[in-house]
Amino acid sequence: GNYPGYEDAWDQQRFEEGFRVDVIREEEGMLEFDMVGIDAAIANAFRRILLAEVPTMAVEKVFVYNNTSIVQDEILAHRLGLIPIRADPRLFEYRNQGDEEGTEIDTLQFQLKIKCSRNPQAAKESSDPNELYFNHKVYSKHMTWVPLGNQTDLFPDADFRPVHDDILIALLRPGQEIDVLMHCVKGIGKDHAKFSPVATASYRLLPDITLLQPVEDEAAEMLQKCFSPGVIEIQNIKGKKVARVANARLDTFSREVFRHEGLKNLVRLARVRNHYIFSVESTGILPPDVLVSEAIKILMGKCQRFLNELDSVPME
Amino acid sequence: IQADGTDGNCVTFVLHDEDHTLGNSLRYMVMKNPEVEFCGYCITHPSESKINFRIQTRGALPAVEPFRKGLNDLMGVCQHVLNTFEVRLFLKSSRAFS
Repeated sequence: GNYPGYEDAWDQQRFEEGFRVDVIREEEGMLEFDMVGIDAAIANAFRRILLAEVPTMAVEKVFVYNNTSIVQDEILAHRLGLIPIRADPRLFEYRNQGDEEGTEIDTLQFQLKIKCSRNPQAAKESSDPNELYFNHKVYSKHMTWVPLGNQTDLFPDADFRPVHDDILIALLRPGQEIDVLMHCVKGIGKDHAKFSPVATASYRLLPDITLLQPVEDEAAEMLQKCFSPGVIEIQNIKGKKVARVANARLDTFSREVFRHEGLKNLVRLARVRNHYIFSVESTGILPPDVLVSEAIKILMGKCQRFLNELDSVPME
Repeated sequence: IQADGTDGNCVTFVLHDEDHTLGNSLRYMVMKNPEVEFCGYCITHPSESKINFRIQTRGALPAVEPFRKGLNDLMGVCQHVLNTFEVRLFLKSSRAFS
């Protein structure tokens, strides 16, 4: 803590003893883990970096050769930019400022070429667009990768495509067509939100619920209803029902307890100061555990940058 | 980086292309140093991406030293967090297989 009057010098040893990480849940695209023993400033730094500074690849420039659909060019380009692209950004470089063409080390090229036509075999009275027309829905699976230069040699097994195949981009009717070429570059969320690799990344502190007095019978039942299910558990001790805090982690802190006069003074609601429950949900470009590792490395990179500057520029 | 100060003890660093992400965590690490009398950062204007980071030391220690130590400590923290996290992931995935 660094509030006035509280002196604690930095001790790497003490920090390492008190620090631990527990991975709670790891699912498809979602990671929930705990960090204990760290401070708010650093936890927030990780969260901010996950949201805004971990780079990804996304469509930046759209060259429109033909667009006769009712979706305007700029709207179409905006939608294409927001589609997450499954391409490991660590394999690519940033594009240099002012470089219009784009080389094979910093650009991925995609093509979307689709034309809607009428189905001659459709029934006479049918009004279902799925029967009447071919290709009337433009999905992200219609985007194809066009290798630039020596990209076929650099990435022989790679399959660059959008993360999800069923993102609806536009709707067409017979005679309309879309023919665009897209350039994907590497960018960070600070520049444009399309480059953010997480659906969201958030943290909360572990709740700390203490019962100041023993709570029994009806009060115990009411107390259990005030909190989220699973937080308070009722035990039968010597025939009487006694409430006990079972799992404070599940609580969502609705503070319903304080609305009831009888229960207000029996409970103390607080948060454990240095126990952070992180929840990272990835858009699918990179798995969430890789994202967290990258975020930590980016923070290290920032420090290193300033250390190098300090050493190189002589301070007066 | 630019530095500006009257004497070596209280210096205001101007860090370009930075915001609360590095500013707050660096301030936290520098405050942990008992030699530092005052440490703070502010963002001059939200449209410009730069921060004023001010360190004032008690005694005769030049202000660059706590700055450098804070950066090194922050690197140490990150390294340890990274190692712990990767070990945990590895243990969890290997336990899932075993």
